[in-house]
Amino acid sequence: MWQYTEKVMDHFTHPRNCGSLPDADGIGQVGNLVCGDSMKLYIKMAEDKKTIADAKFQTFGCASAIASASALTCMIIGKPLEYAVGLSNQDIVDFLGGLPDEKEHCSVMGFEALEAAVADMAKRHPEIPQPKPPQAPDNSRVVCKCFNVTENKIRNIIKEHHLKTVEEVTNYTKAGGGCGRCKADIQAILDEINAVPHDAPAPEPKPGKLTNLQKINLIMSVFNEEITPALKGDGGDAELVDVDGNDVYVKLLGACAHCAAAEMTMRNWVEAKLREKVSPELHVVDVTKR
Amino acid sequence: MTDNVIYVDNNATTAVAPEVFEAMKPYLTNLYGNPSSPYPFGDIANKAVAKAREQVATLLGAKPTEIIFTSCGSESDNTALSSALATQGGRRKIVTTVVEHPAILTPCKHLEEQGYVVKYLRVDSLGRLDLDEARELIDDETAIVSVMWANNETGNLYPVEALARIAHEHGALFHTDAVQATGKIPMNLAESEIDFLSVSGHKLHAPKGVGLLYRRQGTPFVPFLKGGHQERLQRAGTENVASIVGLGVAAELALAHLPEENTRLRAMRDKLEAGLLANAPDAHVNGDPEHRMPHTTNISFKYVEGESILLRLWNAAHICASSGSACSSGSLEASHVLRAMGVDYQSLHGSIRFSLSRYNTEAEVDTVIQTVPPIIRELREISPFGHE
Repeated sequence: MWQYTEKVMDHFTHPRNCGSLPDADGIGQVGNLVCGDSMKLYIKMAEDKKTIADAKFQTFGCASAIASASALTCMIIGKPLEYAVGLSNQDIVDFLGGLPDEKEHCSVMGFEALEAAVADMAKRHPEIPQPKPPQAPDNSRVVCKCFNVTENKIRNIIKEHHLKTVEEVTNYTKAGGGCGRCKADIQAILDEINAVPHDAPAPEPKPGKLTNLQKINLIMSVFNEEITPALKGDGGDAELVDVDGNDVYVKLLGACAHCAAAEMTMRNWVEAKLREKVSPELHVVDVTKR
Repeated sequence: MTDNVIYVDNNATTAVAPEVFEAMKPYLTNLYGNPSSPYPFGDIANKAVAKAREQVATLLGAKPTEIIFTSCGSESDNTALSSALATQGGRRKIVTTVVEHPAILTPCKHLEEQGYVVKYLRVDSLGRLDLDEARELIDDETAIVSVMWANNETGNLYPVEALARIAHEHGALFHTDAVQATGKIPMNLAESEIDFLSVSGHKLHAPKGVGLLYRRQGTPFVPFLKGGHQERLQRAGTENVASIVGLGVAAELALAHLPEENTRLRAMRDKLEAGLLANAPDAHVNGDPEHRMPHTTNISFKYVEGESILLRLWNAAHICASSGSACSSGSLEASHVLRAMGVDYQSLHGSIRFSLSRYNTEAEVDTVIQTVPPIIRELREISPFGHE
């Protein structure tokens, strides 16, 4: 059971301004059915072309998604466009008296719907003065494939909210909340953004701070230069099959594959070596019998 | 706030039966002895546990010596898996299904990380398993096959007996998570090939925090929880006497009510289903209409999201149900069961499970039938989908 504020419950139970505007000047739709929430925002400008005369929303989603959309319309109707585009998702959260951490992404969706509606309006109505230059389309790579979250979005949200952990990024963007395979990627982006500035005293290099690419390269070199030569000395061999996050998939070959102590070899030697030389977080997955 | 609750979420948990509570009381108050103590005050507790063992054995059609009391269904599931891997020689393979409860799926994932091989039987759009696929995947490397008897989300019943036979043809053990099925359908383990079976107390009107593992006589076993000599050295830890007594009485009640409740609940469930489908367009039932528990229905209402439905059901009439939507699950992903069935996304997030118990009344079902359709209508008016 989520802990929703009275204001969230009020806007969920009695949503303001829901529906569509047939003569809208801008329409923004964000989110999608796969992720389980979607929001469509309609905005209509007043004759002065500076004030938002009306706004309506349609939301498919949970209570906080509906409340965020309802709140957003209340916050922008009758307000100058310039004021509206200056809002952030945090303003929606504040208006609602707070959202559960795991539901921050609902307010982000409201904020993005507004951005999308304003961008749509700029296209349809070039005569309406834009307070902010239109955003360049986000063509950055998709980091979280489950929820289609781009690297730019993750970077922006980390910087805007000074996020420190993968969990926080998930709460704001959903990235990493599905299969979890992109968590190492998100961590790498966090590490890069939150890295100690160069003029600070140089910290001890920590293996955990490697980028994905550096990590894989290091795993490969430890594997080829230390692990396989030692196994070959015992008449065996091993193959590095794959690296996924901190999981290292290893197949034992030759004498090792049938050795009664194979599991010991994997855990106490291969994994121990990789942990020592690369990162203590690594985990060796034995795929010898697959 | 808790008055007038319409609790149609009995696959989540159930009310403790008044008879169960009464039977437990003495063991929570004056009869607090330790069953292992040598004096008569301990022996009172010991005898109470022994009686409960007979009561649950009768419900399952098993021998009392085949019952190991545990703390919950999850513990029973974990015990069965780990024991099988420890006793089945060098066999390092598990065969299970994509629709199991996390109590099986999570340990399986953990075991995979340790190098064990886990194969997952798939399901079709009705959530049914394919026995041919089972015959393909179960082999002489398989230590244990674990397939739930009934699915918690759809109520689907699985052909556990046939699967147990296939497992045994290859020398593998067979476990079933019967947490949802126990007390709902007749069981006679004496004439079954099932080796291990998990039961949870709180799904059948006993309290939370007690369960059991049935272990067919002669099935090799290594305890999961090691320590004292309790449960004939099969599960350490001082017995949860009061709850075990409660589980015994709950089992006796379940057995006594089973035939009539099956008929009554099926009629109420069918009425609920028909009433909702008739009054809410763009809705359908998820699951296997032919092999399903009598008290469960899982209905998808397209274009609306489950958490919103649940909160409005509570606000409108204090109705408690469940949803397979992402938002109501606490994670960001929708039900793994419905996704495995290939339920489309428009229906997935709007799935609601209603599960009845012997304490539900016809009047409550009528209230649910009256309450749900207007809520679906209102939420669809807010939704950007389904207006074409």
